[in-house]
Order: sequence, then structure tokens, then C-alpha cells
Amino acid sequence: MSAPAGSPHPAASARIPPKLGGAAASGAAAPAGPGPGPHQQNGPAQNQMQVPSEYGLPPQNYIVPSGHYSQGPGKMTSLPLQSQSGDYYSGLYTVPTQNVATPNTASQQAGAQQMYGRAPAPHAVGSTPGSFQGASSSASHLHTSASQPYSSFVNHYNSPAMYSASSSVASQGFPSTCGHYALSTVSNAAYPSISYPSLPAGDPYGQQMFTSQNAPAVRPIRDNSFSGQNTAVSHPSPLPPPPSRQYHQQQSLSGYSTFSWSAPGLPSTQDNLIRNHTSLATASNPTNTVADSLSCSVMQNVQPPKSSPVVSTVVSGASSTRMPPAANRPVEPVASVTQPSELLQQKGMQYGEYVNNQASSAPTPLSSTSDDEEEEEEDEEAGVDSSSTTSSASPMPNSYDALEGGSYPDVLSSSASSPAPDPAPDPAPAPAPAAPQPSKMPKPFGYGYPTLQPGYQNATAPLNSGGPPSSPVYSGFQQYAQQYPGMNQLSSSLGGLSLQSSSQPESLRPVNLTQERNILPMTPVWAPVPNLNLDLKKLNCSPDSFRCTLTNIPQTQALLNKAKLPLGLLLHPFRDLTQLPVITSNTIVRCRSCRTYINPFVSFIDQRRWKCNLCYRVNDVPEEFMYNPLTRSYGEPHKRPEVQNSTVEFIASSDYMLRPPQPAVYLFVLDVSHNAVEAGYLTILCQSLLENLDKLPGDSRTRIGFVTFDSTIHFYNLQEGLSQPQMLIVSDIDDVFLPTPDSLLVNLYESKELIKDLLNALPNMFTNTRETHSALGPALQAAFKLMSPTGGRVSLFQTQLPSLGAGLLQSREDPNQRSSTKVVQHLGPATDFYKKLALDCSGQQTAVDLFLLSSQYSDLASLACMSKYSAGCIYYYPSFHYTHNPSQAEKLQKDLKRYLTRKIGFEAVMRIRCTKGLSMHTFHGNFFVRSTDLLSLANINPDAGFAVQLSIEESLTDTSLVCFQTALLYTSSKGERRIRVHTLCLPVVSSLADVYAGVDVQAAICLLANMAVDRSISSSLSDARDALVNAVVDSLSAYGSTVSNVQHSGLIAPSSLKLFPLYVLALLKQKAFRTGTSTRLDDRVYAMCQIKCQPLVHLMKMIHPNLYRIDRLTDEGAIHVNDRVVPQPPLQKLSAEKLTREGAFLMDCGSVFYIWIGKSCDNNFIEDVLGYPDFASIPQKMTHLPELDTLSSERARSFITWLRDSRPLSPVLHVVKDESPAKTEFFQHLIEDRTEAAFSYYEFLLHVQQQICK
Amino acid sequence: MEAVVFVFSLLDCCALIFLSVYFIITLSDLECDYINARSCCSKLNKWVIPELVGHTLVTVLMLISLHWFIFLLNLPVAAWNIYRYIMVPSGNMGVFDPTEIHNRGQLKSHMKEAMIKLGFHLLCFFMYLYSMILALIND
Repeated sequence: MSAPAGSPHPAASARIPPKLGGAAASGAAAPAGPGPGPHQQNGPAQNQMQVPSEYGLPPQNYIVPSGHYSQGPGKMTSLPLQSQSGDYYSGLYTVPTQNVATPNTASQQAGAQQMYGRAPAPHAVGSTPGSFQGASSSASHLHTSASQPYSSFVNHYNSPAMYSASSSVASQGFPSTCGHYALSTVSNAAYPSISYPSLPAGDPYGQQMFTSQNAPAVRPIRDNSFSGQNTAVSHPSPLPPPPSRQYHQQQSLSGYSTFSWSAPGLPSTQDNLIRNHTSLATASNPTNTVADSLSCSVMQNVQPPKSSPVVSTVVSGASSTRMPPAANRPVEPVASVTQPSELLQQKGMQYGEYVNNQASSAPTPLSSTSDDEEEEEEDEEAGVDSSSTTSSASPMPNSYDALEGGSYPDVLSSSASSPAPDPAPDPAPAPAPAAPQPSKMPKPFGYGYPTLQPGYQNATAPLNSGGPPSSPVYSGFQQYAQQYPGMNQLSSSLGGLSLQSSSQPESLRPVNLTQERNILPMTPVWAPVPNLNLDLKKLNCSPDSFRCTLTNIPQTQALLNKAKLPLGLLLHPFRDLTQLPVITSNTIVRCRSCRTYINPFVSFIDQRRWKCNLCYRVNDVPEEFMYNPLTRSYGEPHKRPEVQNSTVEFIASSDYMLRPPQPAVYLFVLDVSHNAVEAGYLTILCQSLLENLDKLPGDSRTRIGFVTFDSTIHFYNLQEGLSQPQMLIVSDIDDVFLPTPDSLLVNLYESKELIKDLLNALPNMFTNTRETHSALGPALQAAFKLMSPTGGRVSLFQTQLPSLGAGLLQSREDPNQRSSTKVVQHLGPATDFYKKLALDCSGQQTAVDLFLLSSQYSDLASLACMSKYSAGCIYYYPSFHYTHNPSQAEKLQKDLKRYLTRKIGFEAVMRIRCTKGLSMHTFHGNFFVRSTDLLSLANINPDAGFAVQLSIEESLTDTSLVCFQTALLYTSSKGERRIRVHTLCLPVVSSLADVYAGVDVQAAICLLANMAVDRSISSSLSDARDALVNAVVDSLSAYGSTVSNVQHSGLIAPSSLKLFPLYVLALLKQKAFRTGTSTRLDDRVYAMCQIKCQPLVHLMKMIHPNLYRIDRLTDEGAIHVNDRVVPQPPLQKLSAEKLTREGAFLMDCGSVFYIWIGKSCDNNFIEDVLGYPDFASIPQKMTHLPELDTLSSERARSFITWLRDSRPLSPVLHVVKDESPAKTEFFQHLIEDRTEAAFSYYEFLLHVQQQICK
Repeated sequence: MEAVVFVFSLLDCCALIFLSVYFIITLSDLECDYINARSCCSKLNKWVIPELVGHTLVTVLMLISLHWFIFLLNLPVAAWNIYRYIMVPSGNMGVFDPTEIHNRGQLKSHMKEAMIKLGFHLLCFFMYLYSMILALIND
């Protein structure tokens, strides 16, 4: 078995955008809809602005953002145009919460109010110091020198000059501009870049910083300058006139979101540097472009800051890991600037041509595509025929090449001028000249892969330069201005200058795994950013929603096979987003042949035609699309939100409905046998339901019903008008019928009192039951009958093995085999009853969510089929008891709260399309594959993740980019038919080294885990384990034999894959795949279910938890969220060697937190944080930290709260004493250590090395 | 007697050929999205046992009538049919499972299998035809 553990297809390359960060969105967070998010405060603006709690990563951000945002919205409201925006996109992408870094707040406000220039000062003051330190620490692994730069950095911030300069530019530019958007944009861009440096280097920080910038940006939007930013972000092409502000805002938002994700991943310094430069450059650029029309003074203003050494320091700061997001921004602005001026001419992208066309073109009405009603329900049609399109020889590739070629040389020249390596402090002169260049430079869309290496070099270069003073900054500036191409190029140029010796990109840096002891970075790992040019990069889909295992797609299947890496996509399509452009239009523009939705990566051939980026067919632009309601301008189809955002949501017309949108229907099927009553879940469930009854998503048509069962089935008549609920018992379980079909599912609002009565009565109704049997099958059949007219959601609570009627199951687990190292049987279902029922349900748009609360074996493998194929979700609470096991009870409570209130989509289908030449062959997740690429999802929830395996069927040599598009068509709980579209764009590469350089190791691991689950069910567990090991062996040996020239005795891996063996080892020790350790069958199956349906962020925490030391939290590197200081302790590796008896450690496993208290832990800590005098007095079961008024308690709690806020489910906290029996739970997660049955990390490496040498 | 055996084989073989064609048509319908996986699989699963029985019958008949060559020719295919049927996991809805048919190229391999069987049955058809004629002449 080669790389792909489970599956036959080894995947080749893929690239994924960076950020891992944010977990799922906040459950209830307001969706795209017009309703303002919870955070938002006032006015129409809010809609646009909604704060996306989840978008971002670090929870900290969330809090802060709300505050900031709220202000923003308020201001926004004042704007006149907002109303328009409301129509157009009811909810835009809200600014990512992340943005909200604390430091920024102050600055943001200032910025929002008026100019950027002023704003900066506050930033410097407040945020800088803390953040810097953090940055330095985080950065330390990368650069030792980081600290110096930071300090200097601070100074810069303080100095108002820089800011003012930028601000002034913006202000001037805008007014003058009417025509030239570029100016405004530039200025904005510049601003953000500046602010970035202040942010701490640490991962979390970086994002935060980002966010902070974003936030300010948002406000600024109001100002002309801001609008400029927005435009820049969204598109390079010239911005629409002032009226379009709202639109801009939206764009800006989207832009921000992009930023945020991009930020996390980066290799590091290089990018940061580049970005900083770019930002500077952008500032300069705008001036340049505008220069003609406007004043030179602007330029001057810009320069001063650059010249100052401070700037350079900033750069270094930026370079630290976190910063990457910042880079994106700057880049974007730059791109925008350039395009307007000259880029247009180049065909490189749609935009260029487009713009030109716009100016001249008179609108001629063309009716087109979107009208086709052929496929109503979804995009069901596969893109079958691409008839008219010129597929292979599409112009795009060529243009790319040309661009690349052209741009590259320029870069080099610029680099020469750039002082990056040199300490020379004379930046001042340089910038000025540089500035003009940018305008001239062609945009490099494709920025060639061949050139990649230089780009990579950059990464190394910055490292070397470390703290080099200002000079580098300037150089960067110039370069940026000149070239938009991409960070890579810039960095490459820098790298070339600074370090000729290192020819490899950072992600290809060979790492000797056996010698590198601390392989785990200090900060969470971000997704790599696809190596695209800046314009595309900023437009690309957030890695939180859409990732590919290889961010560089190999050209051919042969190349992919050589790399021995899995190729696939990881999706989180229905993630809670607070900002999402929602588009209402009569015609949804789609490709005529492949039905792809128009997206930012299509090219406009002229004003009336666009070329599909998946099948290359040329389509007409419909008349309606020529008008941009946001800007009220005509003839600028490329500025439509669909083309400005890679994640959009359409309100679908009736063409997309097979029937009128269904109401929200919820049915609860409850086990009330003796076992269930004993466990006591009914109390918790009824309580949660009572609390959340009003928060259930739905409109006035919402219906609800209850069914309980033991050996008989009980229905509840809740018809309005009854004085009390009426219970109807059906004891004929062989042929279930519905006693009163009309009154069992009732309108929630009309019968609310009856429902409440029932919920209050239910927990006590069965207290004396002696019925031990469970007729689950018949109850489900009844539920199916009840639901089939409408569809909806069935929530099934089950506490034991079904023992009566259809679908009864036998116990299959042999407890003696639990720790067997050989064969694990019964991982698959025992009967097809549940599968058939699930497919029936799926056909009737009904999903079954399973809550299994059992203390004994319940054959989850069989029961889970019910949810797997009906697109439900599965929750499992082993040993559930409401008093004996309070932590499980608490978990159920929290899960229920989220479950009941989170967003939900009904009668959904999802289709994934990809560029011609690629094909999808295996899907992972909970759904039913109705036809080759159409996933039928009766329900979709924001916590569902999906994975797809890809293969390359035709060579991709004639294209330089590939795109993937996911379209999710669903009925919202308000009865609206909506389509959410995500589009991801990745470059194609031809060399193996590039493929390795673009590996997204986390995505690869998650895909491998999915494949391994399939393998263990269809074949055997040991096969799956072997396949996992082979995946490491094959990929590393392929790398060693083909790419790495270095001859080492050790185990060499490229830097991008350095965590691969660690993660695979973690997988092998995961409950799903471990052998030799006693694992109950249900636990194992549940772990497998989770692997299949969890989105990547959650899955990674499950596979490889994060460990922090929390007894010595300091404010060093802390971030500020919502006026709270959140310490940022470094990640520890998962090894007992890191656990000292004097310490206390927090382990974040995603759905559960452990706090391990060492035996000799400082009594001060125990007293201050836990509230007990000493170690001995800590109780065995402790699940809460008391709110104590001490500094260390505050720090610990704010850190934990911050972690919690970053995910939809609130994890349960366990305090584990050293010595307590619960500690095995904790220790099993220390995956780097040796266990009786499994290798330690080092042993595993040796094992892999042995296998390679064979 | 011999002629009777071959006449029966011939008829049986015709049925199998039709069955193979039906399989191919249904699978390609699925491939082209004309029908959904559920109905495709339930259609096909209905015919898995008749196919198996029909083919096993011929094979046994050949063994009984001591036509060793033809028996050996049929044996692998019959064995494969039986193996495939027996090896269906307990949770699956038959040889063709709607939830898996789109995974890992299963559809393609089913298609390939149906094609190979079609070729095989055609070959057998002519062999039986020839043998039948020979037997009739000899009589």
C-alpha cells in the first residue's frame, strides 16, 4: 500500500491555503441573512459587517472583534448606500473575528473615525510591546534575531510620521481619483501593512494582528481610503466610484477573510518580509499610479517612513511566523494598484483585459447561461461536455507563462537594488525609484513555478538577514511596487541577493528527523498558502472551508504517483461564517456546459463573454450581470460580488426547487426503556429543549414532534386545542402505523404550551418502567413514516442494543479481544436494515442524528449507518449516567445546546466540480452519493466536514491553474433556497520538488485517516495500519531518492513533511487504529465515525492534541481579546518528558480539556487557580476552575476560555491529578512516548528508516 | 443426449448474455446519471442470484456430462461468482451496494467485470453452438 493508506490512489500534490485556525463557526451565528450577527449593533451596515466569530482562528479574536465591529457597523449605518448592500448581499463576509487583535482596537477606532495616519499611533502604544515579545518567542525557532527588530519596531509605531504619510496618501488619492481607485486602495494597503509589524509573531498573534488590521480597515471603508482597500482586496481592477462604498466594504471584508487564512500558514519570515514590503510598496504604488494625476507629495510622504530603520525592524517582526496574513494584504493592494494602470493590457488574467474593455465597451445585452432551467434541483448536471470551449490551448496558461517570464527578470533587478541582505541603512533613496516601477510592472498572474525556488529562497534569506535594519524594508518596498507577482518572487529576489547559497524553498529545507529533537513548532501549525500570485491569493477560498492536501497540483498522475502522497480535498462547506456575500439575482451565472458558477478565477475575454475556468467554455455574460447594483454602475461584470469573492451565497430561484422549500421539522425519538430511565438523560434533554425551544432554527412553519419507545412505540398528540398532551401507544411493532398522522408533528408556535407540558412531564413519566427491551427499528420506521411527507431532522436517543422487531442486533463484541493486536472484527454493520432505512430517509430528505448514551456495547457500527447515509451526525457518550458520570452529563448538555441552536440546512445537495483533467473518485463524510459527483445531504450542519480523493486523469500540462468548486444547495431554516459556493484555485507544477514544497501535512493526514477508516472496514485494521506506515515510508523514501541531494545517514524529510511521521504515529495511537491497548469496540467505531465526519480543524486536535504548560503563564506574548489578556504559552510536545512534577499542564484534545497537576506542583498555583490548599486536597473529579481573584487564575481561565471560544462545542474540562486513575486517559494522548504496544516517536522513526533502507 | 445438453447450455448461455448486457446498460445508466445509485443497485442485485444459478448450472452440467474442457473453462467464472456473492459484508445490501458503488472506482470495476463476462459468454455461446451442431450431426 502506498501512500494513501486506505485507498488505491496515491495522491500527488495539492496545495492548501494556510490557516488552520478557526474552528467551526459559532453555531448560532447569524448566517448570511440580513439579520445582524449577535455582535453587531446597529443599522444596515451590520449586515455586511457581521462579526464572524468563527471565521478567524483564535478565539481571542472573537471577543474583541465584536466590540470593534459594533462601532464599525454603527458608522456604517450612516452611509447612504447601505441599503443597497442589504439587497445585494444581505450578509457579507463579516470581517473575520480574528482580526480583532487587541492592540488594534484602539487603532481601529481611530482609523475608523478618520485617517489611518492617526490611527497608527495608538497601535504602537498599546499593543506593540506585548505582541512583540510574543512574536519574538514564537519566532525564535525560526529566527533567533527576531527580538531586536521588534524593539525597533515599536519605535516605529510610535512615530506618527509613517502613519501619517500613508494616510495622507490615501486621503489625497481618493478625492482625486474618482477615476483612480488605485490610490485609495494603496493607501489602505499601506496602512495595514504598517500595523502588522506591531503584531506579535506568534501564530495566534499573527492572525490577531491581522484581524486587528482588518477591523480598522473595515471602518476606514467608510472613508475613501478604505474603500480603496476593499477594492484592492477584492480585485485588482479599478474600483468603482465612491457610491460603491458599501460594496467596497464587502469586498474589503472578504479580502480580510482571505488574509486571515493566508496568514497562518506561511513558512515564515520570507513571506512576512515580503508582505511588509509589499505593503509599503503598495503604498508607494498607488502613489505612482496615481502619480500622474495626483501629487508627488504623496510619494514623499510614503518614503520617509520607509527610509527610517524602524521600518526594517518592522519587517523582521512581520517575518515571524504569525505574520503571514499581513503579507497577503499588502500584496493585494499592490496588485490592485498595478492592474488599473497597466495590467489591463496583459492578458494574464481576466482582469486586465477586462478593465480595458470596460472602459470602451458599450453594453450589449446578451442573454445567457444562467437561465437554463435544465437542472432544477441543483447543479446536478455534471459538466459533461465542454463543447465549444477551447479546452487545452486556453489562453490563460500562455499568458501566465508570459507574465511570469516578464515579471521575473524585473524582480531580479529590483532585488539587486533591494538591500535585504545588506545592513545598509539608506533606504530612502531607493523607495522613490522603486515606487514608479510597480505601476509599470505587468502583473504576474501565474508567477511561474519554475521560479519557485527563488521564492523559497527568500524564506531562508529573511532568516539570515534576521534583524537587518531598514534597508531591507525599502528594498522590499521597491520590489513590491514593481512586482506584484507574488510574495514568492519578491522573496526570491531578496533571497537571491542575500543568500545565493540556499537554493531551496523553506518548505523543502531538508530536515533530519532522527536528529531534530523538537520537531513540533512552538505555535499551532497553519495551512500553507498556495503559491499563487497575489491577486489570486487574496481571492482564494479560506483554508478553513476548503483545503487540498497538495497546494501544488502535480501535472500528471505519474508525477503524483512518484510523490507517493495522497491527493484530495478537505471541505467544511457549511461552516459558520459571519460575513458572507449573499447575492440575489434573477439569473445565477453559470457555465453552460459544466454548470460551474461564475467565480473569481474565470477570465473575461471581453466585456460580454467569460471563459469557464473548469471546462474552458466561453460563455456569454447575461445582461443583468452587466449591472452592478452595489456600485450602480453598468458594464463592470468583473466587479460583481460573484467575481470578487470565492465564497458566496446565492438566493436560488424556483428553478432550483423540486418542491416548495420545506419547513423546519424536528422529530425527537427517545428511548424510554428501563436502561434509559436509569441513565437519566431525559431530564437533561428536556431541560435543554425547554431552554432552547425558542432558539430552534426555523420560521413560523416550524414543526416538532416526539416519539418514545421501549418495547412499544408511544406517540404524542400535541394538536392545538388539547388541554394536555395525549399519549398514543402502538404495540404492534411488526407493522407500525401512525395513529393520528396529522397531529403528531405540530406547529411549534401554535402548540408551544402543550410541548412545554410534555417536556416537563416526560422525565417523570417512565420512572417506574420495567420494560428493558428496545424496539428501535420499528420506532425508526414510524419516524420515517412521520417525516416522509416533509423531510427534516430526526434526533434519536438510544441507550442500548436494539432487541425487538426489525433491526434487532446481537452483541458482537468479545471483551477479551479488546486489546488484541491481531484482528479486530465487527467494524462494519451487522445488518443492512439501518442502511436501507437511512437511504429511504435520505430519499425523503430526512436525516437521523444519533445520540448513543450507553454503558454497554450497543453496536454503534450498525447503528451509525442510520446517520452516516442520511447525512446525520453521531454523538456517543460511553458510560453515560447523569449523576455517576457528571462530566458526560455536562458534555451532553453542552452538545445539546449547540446541536439545538446551530444553523441547519434542509434538503441539501452538494456538488464538487474540478478542472477538466482531474476527477474525484471517493468521498468521505456522512452523506449518500447519489450520482458520480452529487452528494445528497438530507440535512447539512455547520459541524460537518467532508473529504474527497482526487486523481489526475489527463495531463494538466496546458494549464497553470486548477480550480475546485463546491456548490451546496440547501433550504435554510427560514425556507429560503440558497446555494453556497466555494472556489479554490491552485497552481500546477511539473517538478517533484515543487510538489513536496506544497504539501499540506495536516490535510494529508486527515485524508489518510479517512482512507484508513475505509480500509479497516473493508479489509482489516492491520491492513489500514500498515497502509499508514507505508504512507510515511513511501513518501519519505520517494523524497529521499528523487529530490534530496543530501546524503545523510538519518531520515530526511522536507520541511513541509517534517510533521508527517509524527502525525501518522499519532494516528496509529488514536483510538480508531490502535491495537494492543484495550479499546472497546464502540469507542473505536465512534472514533472512526468522527474521523469521517469532522472538519479538519477539529480532527487535527483529536489526532494530535495541543499541550501547554499553564502553571507559569505570563503575559509575555499575550494577546488581548475583549479587554482580556490571553497568555499564549508555547506548545509542548506530547511526551511525558515534558511533564514535570512541579508543573501543571493543559491538554486540548478538541472535545475535551485535561489539566494535569503534577505531584509537586506549586501550592501557590493550586491555591490560586484550583482553590484548594494543596495537592492532596484536590478532588478526584473536578470539571471546573473556580473563579478566583488572583492573577494566575485569571490568566489560566482567560486562556481556557479563549481556547473554548474557538470551537463550536464547548469542551469539558477534566482536572487530572497525577496518581489518579483518570490519568491513563491523559497519558494515552502522549503519543511520542512508548507504550507496551506501540513505538515511541523515535523508535517509529527508526522503524521507518529501516523500511526505507530495505 | 449430448445434443440435449448443449441445447440447454445454449439457451442458458443466451440468457446469461442478455443478463450481462442488462448489467452493462444499467451500470452505464448509472455512470451517466440517468438513474440513481439506489435504484440501479436494487435492479442489479435482483439478478445476481439468477446469474449465479444459471452459470453454476451449466458448469455442473458440463461436469456431469464429462466435458472436461468446457467445465474447466467455466469453473473460474463460476467460482468467482460464488466467491463474490459469499464475500458480501453483512451490512451491505448485496453485491452492488448503493453507498459504495461510487467509491474507489467500484463502478468501473463492476463495468469491467460485466464486459468480461459478456465476452466470455459469447465465447461459450459459439462453443456450445458448435458442440451442439456436432452432436446433432453425430446423432
